[in-house]
Amino acid sequence: MLKTFPIGGIHPADNKKWSAGAAIQRFALPESVSIPLSQHIGAPAVACVAKGDKVLAGQVIATAGGFVSSNIHSSVSGTVTAVDTIVGANGLRVPAVTIKVEGDEWVEGVDLSDTLISECNLEPKAIVEKIAAAGIVGMGGATFPTQVKLSVPPGKSAEYLIINGVECEPYLTADYRLMLEKGEELLVGVRILARALGVKKSFVGVENNKPDAIARLQKLVGSATDVEIVPLKVQYPQGGEKQLIAAVTGRQVPSGALPIDTGCVVQNVGTAYAVYEAVQKNKPLVERIVTVTGSAMQKPANLLVRIGTPISSLLAHCGGLPEGGVKVIGGGPMMGRAMSNIEAPVMKGSSGVLVLRSEETLRGEEGDCIRCAKCVDACPMGLEPYLLANVSKQKMYDMAEQHFIFDCIECGCCTYTCPSNLPLLDYLRLGKAEVMKIMRARKA
Amino acid sequence: MENKMIISPAPHVHGPNKTQRLMLDVLIALVPALVVSTVVYGLRVLALTLFSVCCCLLFEWFIQRYMLRGKLTINNLSAVVTGVLLAFNLPVNIPLWMVAIGALVAIGVAKMTFGGLGKNIFNPALVGRVFMLIAFPVAMTTFPEAADAISGATPLTMAKEALKNGVPVAEVMQSVSIKDMFIGVESGSIGEISALALLLGGLYLLWRRVITWHIPVAVLGSMGIFSLITWLIAPEAYMSPLFHLMGGGAMLGAWFMATDYVTSPMTPKGSIIFGVGVGVITMLVRLWGAYPEGMSFAILIMNSVVPLLDKYILPKRFGAPAKK
Amino acid sequence: MGVLGYTILTLCVLGAVLAAVLYFVAQKFKVEEDPRIDEVEKMLPGANCGGCGFAGCRGMAEALVKNDDISALYCPVGGGDVMKAVADYLGKAAPEREPQVAVVRCAGSCANRPRTNQFDGAPSCAVVAATYGGETGCTFGCLGKGDCTAVCEFGAITMNSETGLPEVDDEKCTACGACVKACPKGVIELRKKFPKSRKVYVSCVNKDKGGVARKSCKAACIGCGKCAKVCPFGAITVENNLAFIDSTKCRLCRKCVVECPTGAIVEVGFPARKPAEEGEKPAAKPATKPAAPATEKAAAPAVEKPAAEPKNE
Repeated sequence: MLKTFPIGGIHPADNKKWSAGAAIQRFALPESVSIPLSQHIGAPAVACVAKGDKVLAGQVIATAGGFVSSNIHSSVSGTVTAVDTIVGANGLRVPAVTIKVEGDEWVEGVDLSDTLISECNLEPKAIVEKIAAAGIVGMGGATFPTQVKLSVPPGKSAEYLIINGVECEPYLTADYRLMLEKGEELLVGVRILARALGVKKSFVGVENNKPDAIARLQKLVGSATDVEIVPLKVQYPQGGEKQLIAAVTGRQVPSGALPIDTGCVVQNVGTAYAVYEAVQKNKPLVERIVTVTGSAMQKPANLLVRIGTPISSLLAHCGGLPEGGVKVIGGGPMMGRAMSNIEAPVMKGSSGVLVLRSEETLRGEEGDCIRCAKCVDACPMGLEPYLLANVSKQKMYDMAEQHFIFDCIECGCCTYTCPSNLPLLDYLRLGKAEVMKIMRARKA
Repeated sequence: MENKMIISPAPHVHGPNKTQRLMLDVLIALVPALVVSTVVYGLRVLALTLFSVCCCLLFEWFIQRYMLRGKLTINNLSAVVTGVLLAFNLPVNIPLWMVAIGALVAIGVAKMTFGGLGKNIFNPALVGRVFMLIAFPVAMTTFPEAADAISGATPLTMAKEALKNGVPVAEVMQSVSIKDMFIGVESGSIGEISALALLLGGLYLLWRRVITWHIPVAVLGSMGIFSLITWLIAPEAYMSPLFHLMGGGAMLGAWFMATDYVTSPMTPKGSIIFGVGVGVITMLVRLWGAYPEGMSFAILIMNSVVPLLDKYILPKRFGAPAKK
Repeated sequence: MGVLGYTILTLCVLGAVLAAVLYFVAQKFKVEEDPRIDEVEKMLPGANCGGCGFAGCRGMAEALVKNDDISALYCPVGGGDVMKAVADYLGKAAPEREPQVAVVRCAGSCANRPRTNQFDGAPSCAVVAATYGGETGCTFGCLGKGDCTAVCEFGAITMNSETGLPEVDDEKCTACGACVKACPKGVIELRKKFPKSRKVYVSCVNKDKGGVARKSCKAACIGCGKCAKVCPFGAITVENNLAFIDSTKCRLCRKCVVECPTGAIVEVGFPARKPAEEGEKPAAKPATKPAAPATEKAAAPAVEKPAAEPKNE
């Protein structure tokens, strides 16, 4: 029996076939990049360049704006043409630095070669500092600044490092290709992270629908015991932090607590690779692998893209948008965000660009709740989505709180499974935000 | 604007579940029972079922269109399911006008007065059935002789009468055959005569994941255990567990009536409590009540407990603090 | 006869016993309460709309009775008359406030503000606002999903299917402020109510720079500031590329309306202007909906009637 998480879950069609076979391809430098100042959870970074400045690739253009924040580096060399706002993927304006690309010169000290450097003798503190300086954030999409996650609060200790190679979102293959093609670097990154945390044991959780990635990593690990590759039963949302910890270790993060309370720290495979590059090669986080996919795309691909490249250019490279109604999603189909503006740039958390035709994505007509309990069965947190959605809609926030709405991880299983096409999560999310606000106010 | 962009919050894809499809699966699962019944009782079974379905559809359409003034709901097939289940609970030779009244009570009173699908407290088909049982007691309990059955009474009725008159169990068992009850050649309501056909349908529902195992297993399990205990204590006065599981509405009730989405609890634990309640009440009525069969009453009684179960029995929560 | 007699007797005795029980229970568990609260509650409109800030009229009544200074309490539904009656009854100074009315500050109709995408989520403005900028190029204006109409207890605000915008019926609007709270974009504002439902206001909340705003909506305020210059009463301020007319300072002179180059400033409820100065503005009849800019002219009359007629006693 393969391991998996204990409660709920769904089995959406994984649809990874479109892009799974496409090797990682370096995407051409765009004419200009727009690098948003808030690409992570926490305080936005503060720009430290001005219009007209010449910058090099890898140069810091904005510094962390707080404890939970992250440095931002220029992904190209060229001239800063604006430090202003741009229209983000959701149509709203966000502050960003726009740079006109001129050549491709990097700051000194960055090792751009492919040579593998597996030795790392830095002190944990130095590693964390290097990671912070390189502006690394959680690459799975949550974009939580990595150095914060590596700073274990006093009184708590990390026992296991769990690397998330699950990629449970359908369609996406960026992590899969990374594990296949950059397995060695990835494992070095894992060991550096383990060193930084001072843990003896690391697990890499990979879902069983990627047998070649599991085999590849297992071969690379060989007889070493500090890293273990854990094949997992395919079930969404296994990539959720709490679900993954439960699947790998059997420990459940208590309601309201953090993963570190179970002695676990979870990092994405993409993050581990970025850590390798930052620590061993002095290369800050300025590019990432983006899956561009969808049944309607002519040439689905996994592209290594500089941060700030317009998404429209990736789409054009992969054959352009199909005719008719389309939904362009940043991320996967379960938790990704639909875009209204495809000129928006690729960001640190952009794991994929998914194009769905209207018939694949349009929601059916809303019916009445038939109390079938399928949402209750599907909820990986053991909540009652039908009830929470309803009380959220009625603004009965105390009731929502009594039924643990704050535990919701917004995975979308409930909406996915509802036979009446009810937008359960749409309302639930509103209610959760409102309840969290009330709870914070009460604490303060 | 060469492309029209579509935007929505996540998730952006939807699973295969559709209300209509779930209802269709229930109908498919009821086909074996319908076939057996048609073979045993003849074509009137089909006519009766069709008539009941048409009545339910008509009433639902009419009420939705002219009284509730909501959008059309008959295409979600729930009224068809109610119609079939109502027919399945009737004797084959019941007059059609009574069926029409039963359908009116089922759809009009039990379902639409609460606001339609999803809002009713009681199983509509059962409310219709129980109303008819009380309003037309003779027509509802007069069963024609099935193919080679020896009497017009259902095995349950016969056993009850016989046991009341002090006839020992062994003698009663001479006139009924568990095998016949299983296959479906004893007399009874048109849908409940064949335990085998119903079991097949139930397994289909389980396989299609339309229902979960909790309710049927709890109902049949508690009935089995209950009757086993009485049977072990006094084998000469009480019928065997097998007799009770095969007889009457046990199978139809456990697989199709108690599992009705709208009127059953939302959580696995709640479902088990609900199922055990149905099983125990059914046995109480069968053994010591005035009626030979108690499944309908048991389900209706437990239906009324469902809101309470939903309020107090919560699903197992991820990361919930361990109880002291 | 015997049966009937017993029945009547039993019921009478039962009734008497239960009445006695009820009486003693009521005495025993009686909650001492200022009887004036009941009286005040009766004087309040009983809409339980929450416009006063309390959950219902009862809470408001309690506060009115308990607080010595009731100047901060005001029932927008009952208005000055009710407050005066309550204050007289309680012997306190009546709080005075000018009557207000809700105004929808967006003219982004389908014609003015073309849709650039299609929203496929739950039909709620709050959900749209939490998801992205909205179905049009303008990320500030009305989202058109009708959260405001859903919360209105008085049926005073309705969606106009032609324009896709909500419309306020001034007669029914009690200025309770529920719609103001419900609107995630802050499009609706409570403004001073002038006689004959006249109003002059900036029907736009877009804070984008002029060019950007104009591109997404023909009726957008571009923040040019001409209105502020022409205003003799200093009622107009321009901030973040957006003009705002303070209704407490405005005297309805309508000079700004003529000056506005995009028609973002709207006048409602005035008699027709002389042809010479009419310009682009439509002549709105008294007590009707916000007169829309020229492009909406055709649609306006068609929707005036149904919006005004239902449920008006």
